[in-house]
Amino acid sequence: MSDKEIDKVTGTETTGHEWDGIKELNTPLPRWWIGIFYICIVWAVGYWILMPAWPTINGYTHGLLNHSQRDSVTAAVNQLKAARAGREKVLANASLEQIQSDPNLLQFAMAEGKAAFGDNCAGCHGSGGQGAKSYPNLNDDVWLWGGKLEDIQHTITVGVRSTSPETRQSQMPAWGRSNILTPHQIIDLTEYVVNLSHRPADQKAVGRATKLFKDNCASCHGPEGKGQRKDGSPNLTDNEWLYGSSRDTIYDQIWNGHGGVMPTWGGRLSPATIKALAVYVHSLGGGE
Amino acid sequence: MTAPIRVDTEAAQPLPVQAADGVSRSDAEASNSAAARKLYKSRVPIYPKEVDGRYRRLKWAMMAVTLSIYYLVPWLRWDRGPGAPTQAVLVDMAHERLFFFFIEIWPQEIYYITGLLILAAVSLFLINALFGRLWCGYSCPQTVWTDLFIWIETRIEGDRGARIRLVAAPWTASKLAKRIAKHSLWLVFAVATGGAWVFYFTDAPALLHQLLIGSAGLGNYTFIAILTFTTYTLGGLMREQVCTYMCPWPRIQAAMTDREALSVTYLRDRGETRGLHRKGEPWEGRGDCIDCNQCVAACPMGIDIRDGSQLECINCALCVDACDDVMFRIGRPEGLIAYDTEANVLRRLKGEKPRFRFFRPRTLLYAAVIALVGAIMLASLATRHTLALDVIRDRNPDFVTLADGSVRNGYTLKLMNRNGAARRFRLDMKGVAARKVVLIGLPDTRLPASVEVEGDKVRTLRLLVTIDRAHFQPGPQPITFILSDPTRGESREASAIFVGDTR
Repeated sequence: MSDKEIDKVTGTETTGHEWDGIKELNTPLPRWWIGIFYICIVWAVGYWILMPAWPTINGYTHGLLNHSQRDSVTAAVNQLKAARAGREKVLANASLEQIQSDPNLLQFAMAEGKAAFGDNCAGCHGSGGQGAKSYPNLNDDVWLWGGKLEDIQHTITVGVRSTSPETRQSQMPAWGRSNILTPHQIIDLTEYVVNLSHRPADQKAVGRATKLFKDNCASCHGPEGKGQRKDGSPNLTDNEWLYGSSRDTIYDQIWNGHGGVMPTWGGRLSPATIKALAVYVHSLGGGE
Repeated sequence: MTAPIRVDTEAAQPLPVQAADGVSRSDAEASNSAAARKLYKSRVPIYPKEVDGRYRRLKWAMMAVTLSIYYLVPWLRWDRGPGAPTQAVLVDMAHERLFFFFIEIWPQEIYYITGLLILAAVSLFLINALFGRLWCGYSCPQTVWTDLFIWIETRIEGDRGARIRLVAAPWTASKLAKRIAKHSLWLVFAVATGGAWVFYFTDAPALLHQLLIGSAGLGNYTFIAILTFTTYTLGGLMREQVCTYMCPWPRIQAAMTDREALSVTYLRDRGETRGLHRKGEPWEGRGDCIDCNQCVAACPMGIDIRDGSQLECINCALCVDACDDVMFRIGRPEGLIAYDTEANVLRRLKGEKPRFRFFRPRTLLYAAVIALVGAIMLASLATRHTLALDVIRDRNPDFVTLADGSVRNGYTLKLMNRNGAARRFRLDMKGVAARKVVLIGLPDTRLPASVEVEGDKVRTLRLLVTIDRAHFQPGPQPITFILSDPTRGESREASAIFVGDTR
């Protein structure tokens, strides 16, 4: 490579590499590109010194600035909390009715409630509170434990079948699985429940199940099957079904007695946040 | 376009000093003309020679006007009443408003900007079809700032010859001082350019104070830095490279122009055959061009206008001034290079009379589009509503079935009051037989409802509409919300649909 070879056609220097008589031209990278490349190298060295960069056996080099994204997120969250502390305090001290009647406080509560719902509730109840099978829809007017602001606040605080000593508690027995009722009896009861919700049913089976319902179910669901909120027992005569309205799902529910769990949020969320959540859930459309 | 008539500038002939009696011949080369440019060749610097004349003065005037508009407009004040910004032209990002004197545009009305952009584009087409690249030559920021920076350069380092000598000269204290002075002044103007830009987005007097004491937002300093960099780089360092390589307009223009468009033209019918002229020689049998190259020396784009119309030419007409001066000195009529059309050159070559065809299908069409878009915009601006209503249907959940089988849909309504004062609107609904309507966050939960909206604000309401199963029809049903101001007789409607399950 001591002699520079100039390509005759283009007037450009060649690299000296040759394949089957084809020679490579030495067209250097643009100077601006080289410049930026060197600047990047210098930048990288500075970055290694100042910022976390190299892994070590037990950790990594922290850099002179001791920067940590986790710390800056925590700092930002704390800053936000501090900025909101004033209104948060007002929210904590206000009654639910006061929150609902003050447009500014309501707007704040709704915004906080929506965010808290997305963080804590949407996983089961859906991002719009629309629910799913075995997770109640919060938009409709059907409430197992009551749809007033205080009811919602209390349900969020203590949960359902949760670890809280005050938890909302109801238990549908597993009539079939526990050998209390026979499969035939449960088939009859299924027809009875279908009949309760004003759908065509086998009237002979309904007749056979009348006494069964009175003896086993009416104590919680009521003699007419309308349910009772103090027990959290659902209304069997309406159009809403937590586990589905088909005969199969009704049979399954009587046989197995499913019961979902809602955690207690009392210790995890601040009272103000729970208030905001109650106001938000109440506003979804079903609030009483 | 005709095949360019070229003088081979590479031909190594000793240049005569005189092109004609009293006119020296410039050794300027058209280094930036397409034929002289090579793909891998470094840029050949251009040192435009300062000229004086009709168009140069017009350009100074245009520079003063355009720069004044740019730097001064943010400082104009406009009284909009209490609480409203007092800046005449303000893009208020934080509050999502655009103020232009008596007009206040909301984000929902961004189509006005679309209309303005259409008008600007078609106007550019029309002006181009009529008078060529007036935009490039006189009012493009690239041209204006480059012109300003070349003016600064000339004041400090001297004219073309002096600047070329300075480049070749060894680094002395004097050269260093000149260079520092030039770049510092460029930077001052560049900073002022970026500074003026941010004033369009925040109240100018308040922001200037904040900028000076260092308390303005980081965004302001960032934008000033970006615009300082671009102004300094594009106007001071890159200049003609921007127009030649970066700007799409020369390419578009090449497709838009035709032979009847007025542009800076070398009248080759009169100029050729060019050649040096000796004192006392007759002018018969030869062209008026004495090949003095003064047009090339004056060109800020580094081209030779005598090669014909070309992409690099920004039509600044400085070569016209340079040539007119030469023609005057040698006693020939002015206008060898002039605003003329290629069609006229061809007509004169054929012995026909030149004429200007301003009314052509192309120009009439452009004018019609401008008139149409302008009329639509004026009409919509004149009949602009001071209230507006937007409706967003709940999609999550799409609908809710209630215990008794009735169906409920939720809607979020945005009630907009574009007046400065608070107003009481009437909200109503039509289209479906609703059993129940719930307005969330409003004491009055029945329609028609009375809703107060603060001045210049949007009020958001959530509205739940329930239809009995008996009245519910499968398939989407249209539903219309009506917002009206009874005192003004103004009314706006917003449509949505009502859906549910079929069971």
